[in-house]
Amino acid sequence: MEATTLQCLFKPKDYASDQEVKWCPGCGDYAIISAVQKAFSELNLKKEDVAIISGIGCSSRFPYYMDTYGFHTIHGRPAAVATGVKLANPSLSVWMISGDGDSLAIGGNHFIHAVRRNINFNLILFNNEIYGLTKGQYSPTSERGKITKSSPFGTVESPFSVGELVLGAQGQFYARVPDTDVKLMAQVMIEAEKHQGLSMVEVLQNCVIFNDKTHAAITAKENKANNQLILEHGKPMLFGENNSKGLRLNGLALEVVTIGENGITEKDILVHDAHAKSTILHNMLIQMKLPEFPIAMGVIRNADAPVFDHGFTAQIEQQKASSKYETIDDLFVSGNTFTIN
Amino acid sequence: MKTTLESVVIKFAGDSGDGMQLAGTLFTDTTAVLGNEIATFPDFPSEIRAPQGTVAGVSGFQVHFGTSGVHSPGDAPDVLVAMNPAALKANLHNLKPACTILIDVDSFGKKDIEKAGFVTSPLEDESLSDYKVIDAPITSLTKAALADLGLDNKSADRCKNMFTLGMVFWLFSEPLEQTIAFFEQKFKKNPTIGEANIIALKAGYNYALTVEAIKSSFTVLPAKKKPGVYRNITGNQATAWGLMAAAKKAGKPLFLGSYPITPATDIMHELTKHKWAEIKVFQAEDEIAGICSTIGAAFAGNVAVTTTSGPGMALKTEAIGLAVMTELPIVIVNVQRGGPSTGLPTKTEQSDLLQAIWGRNGESPVVVISASTPADCFDWAFEATRIALEHMTPVILLTESYLGNGAEPWKIKTLNQLPEIKPLTLETKDASWRPYNRDDEKLARKWVVPGTPEMQHRIGGLEKDECTGCVSHNPQNHEVMVNIRSEKVARVANFIPEQRYKGKDAKKLLVVGWGGQFGILFGAVNELQKEGKDIAFTHFNYINPLPKNTAEIFSKFDKILVCELNKGQFANYLRAVLPQFNYEQYNKVQGLPFTVKELKAKFNELLEEK
Ligand code: SF4
Repeated sequence: MEATTLQCLFKPKDYASDQEVKWCPGCGDYAIISAVQKAFSELNLKKEDVAIISGIGCSSRFPYYMDTYGFHTIHGRPAAVATGVKLANPSLSVWMISGDGDSLAIGGNHFIHAVRRNINFNLILFNNEIYGLTKGQYSPTSERGKITKSSPFGTVESPFSVGELVLGAQGQFYARVPDTDVKLMAQVMIEAEKHQGLSMVEVLQNCVIFNDKTHAAITAKENKANNQLILEHGKPMLFGENNSKGLRLNGLALEVVTIGENGITEKDILVHDAHAKSTILHNMLIQMKLPEFPIAMGVIRNADAPVFDHGFTAQIEQQKASSKYETIDDLFVSGNTFTIN
Repeated sequence: MKTTLESVVIKFAGDSGDGMQLAGTLFTDTTAVLGNEIATFPDFPSEIRAPQGTVAGVSGFQVHFGTSGVHSPGDAPDVLVAMNPAALKANLHNLKPACTILIDVDSFGKKDIEKAGFVTSPLEDESLSDYKVIDAPITSLTKAALADLGLDNKSADRCKNMFTLGMVFWLFSEPLEQTIAFFEQKFKKNPTIGEANIIALKAGYNYALTVEAIKSSFTVLPAKKKPGVYRNITGNQATAWGLMAAAKKAGKPLFLGSYPITPATDIMHELTKHKWAEIKVFQAEDEIAGICSTIGAAFAGNVAVTTTSGPGMALKTEAIGLAVMTELPIVIVNVQRGGPSTGLPTKTEQSDLLQAIWGRNGESPVVVISASTPADCFDWAFEATRIALEHMTPVILLTESYLGNGAEPWKIKTLNQLPEIKPLTLETKDASWRPYNRDDEKLARKWVVPGTPEMQHRIGGLEKDECTGCVSHNPQNHEVMVNIRSEKVARVANFIPEQRYKGKDAKKLLVVGWGGQFGILFGAVNELQKEGKDIAFTHFNYINPLPKNTAEIFSKFDKILVCELNKGQFANYLRAVLPQFNYEQYNKVQGLPFTVKELKAKFNELLEEK
């Protein structure tokens, strides 16, 4: 009996706060919050040990809807605030909630540095390729030519490729998930929490109001099988109806092949190694675009590297053990002092 | 001939590679041990890689020491050490009459003279005729003294600062032991270099003793300081230590989130050495991340501090507003420098005052306090932390370049002598608690940090309901909350000491100062008071809120003169909060501190007016 109680401290909905959720009906954010609650429940997280830090934007209302500790900060800065929270109390489970505008435009600097340091928190980026809260301007992930309120003639700039940016910034954990798949999202969040270091989860999120169906070619039910390759570490990279298609390496490039055609068997298909130190194949998977390729989903990279807060804390412990001073009073009277009688 | 003096100002000046900071510091250490009153101020070149031998590359270290009357590093030097023509040129406009100038003639070649911007050699024309010039071939004598050690040319050359220091020690009849001990300790692993410095030091001393060229020397009698154990300390080091002591007294780890910026970086350098004391120093990617990580650390329960200077302060503005809104305890230290923009990074100014008090969007009150001497940066850093933690508010501590880099003896404090700090934490569940509930006296909310069971709550930059703590866009509630935040800061005045002033019998002129110009203002007023002038002095450390008896003090005087290193920011602030008085101003914006001389002239002018 006791074991089962331990296994399920809280049900997913126990993590919801008493606040009325104010996202637009049909917004992808609803599915994301369900997935997070499901993951928390499966992870057995104690509510008081969770700190959710957000920036500004639709996504950033998230902490108000969760019965954990939460901090709705300012535009672009949640990574810096989350860094302070984690360093101040490394035993907390810290989750940062942000959007494409918040993390990749105004907060780009904090974003890349948090990723580079590999600090141990989870960064959930709601990528809807638009500014929702300010009512529909293009964002750093909007496709070139996108017509929005601030680009009536189409944008003339190229978007970030989020995954490549993360890997370029030395990121060790990167996952991409569609907001239509709560189960996959929850699985990925669990892996993110277990990974030591910064875990970056990009959610392809639908903004029904200002950018409806922007990810539909990937996420719509009828496209899912052919247009999503759901990666699992140690498993072959198969997709399509009945897993009939797969990826193989042809020279230095990826290639989509069909099992059974031209003598191709499952053995020819690449097996996903999320733990690989090298980023080459991970980058190739991130770069895959429709219609030639499916879009890679799931945990694309999950590698080990030194963790910032571990090193930060270890140095303090080491200095405590080896210091010649015991108290501040010892320090104050150390070195050159002189006595006046 | 020996002259006995009350106090003396020495300026060591040379090229940035000439080791003048070290010579000055070692002189100061010896002098301090003898029990003198001391104040020092280093004057760094504004460009790190300014061309050698140019005025822009001159590095200086000024030390003022004596029996009494040492309230500041002093106006102009009595003794100038000029290691090259540029050092002479840079200081020629600011020398006391009959100043003694010690010159290394080896560096006064034709080219050196031209590089410094002299048309003719100052050693040959009349420009130094009013001064006592001691011209010694310092470079060649140093090399000759070290000839037997087999050092390379460059290493031998580097010891000329110690030859010079030896001469200065002789001038002031001061012993060499402490400096010798310093080199023995410092160069344990490289004894030849240590020995070379010691030989050069002794050679300089003996040269000064023997050579007839030095006609006079001075004696400064030791001061009568309060008994106790002292050490020399710079303002930045004292700030760091004050923060450390406060965190210990509050029983919490200290967190510093900061980005390097002149002249504040030394606070970070000092704190990061002391990780053993549970100090977390995070060098952030920029100024904004510096303060935002600090806010995060405060949310999570650390004593959280960020340090910066003017331009960094500008970048932190929005985040300070977040700390005001979320009522989190953080300390922001601004070591002010000349502005606006990049301004004068290595020079001193007091021109960030109004930025600190009012420079944010919305009604955004914070507590503003300032330090007044290098050593009392310790007390004000401690006090800033106390107010932040006991009143749940951001506190801005203003120091300035002049304090941060300046040094003076500090009577060492022990933790026992310091008051307890009682953070407003709440660690066990209280059913009636809401995130923005307040105590009646201070109006401060409780500090409930993540990890506390059954008290989960959300805070943020959006306005919150006064009672429930939930997001609220209600117009009446907003006004209530704006008034509460402002009243909370105003009520800090109930928990600070009364303002004091010096000159109880005076009626005519009250000199008002704030921040790091204390010593100079005090010195100037003191001299006039000794002359029997009708003048008093009050110096502010608490700026927002002001001490409650401020108006009462002001009302005693015919004239109020506000002196500050800006265009009148404190005066304008006083006009806004205490409009019933008339404020006259004395201002200076040259990147330099006041001088006693110019202040006395201004005070006398006002005293003579009807
Ligand atoms: S505007 Fe778009 S992103 Fe924002 S809540 Fe509505 S649907 Fe969601």
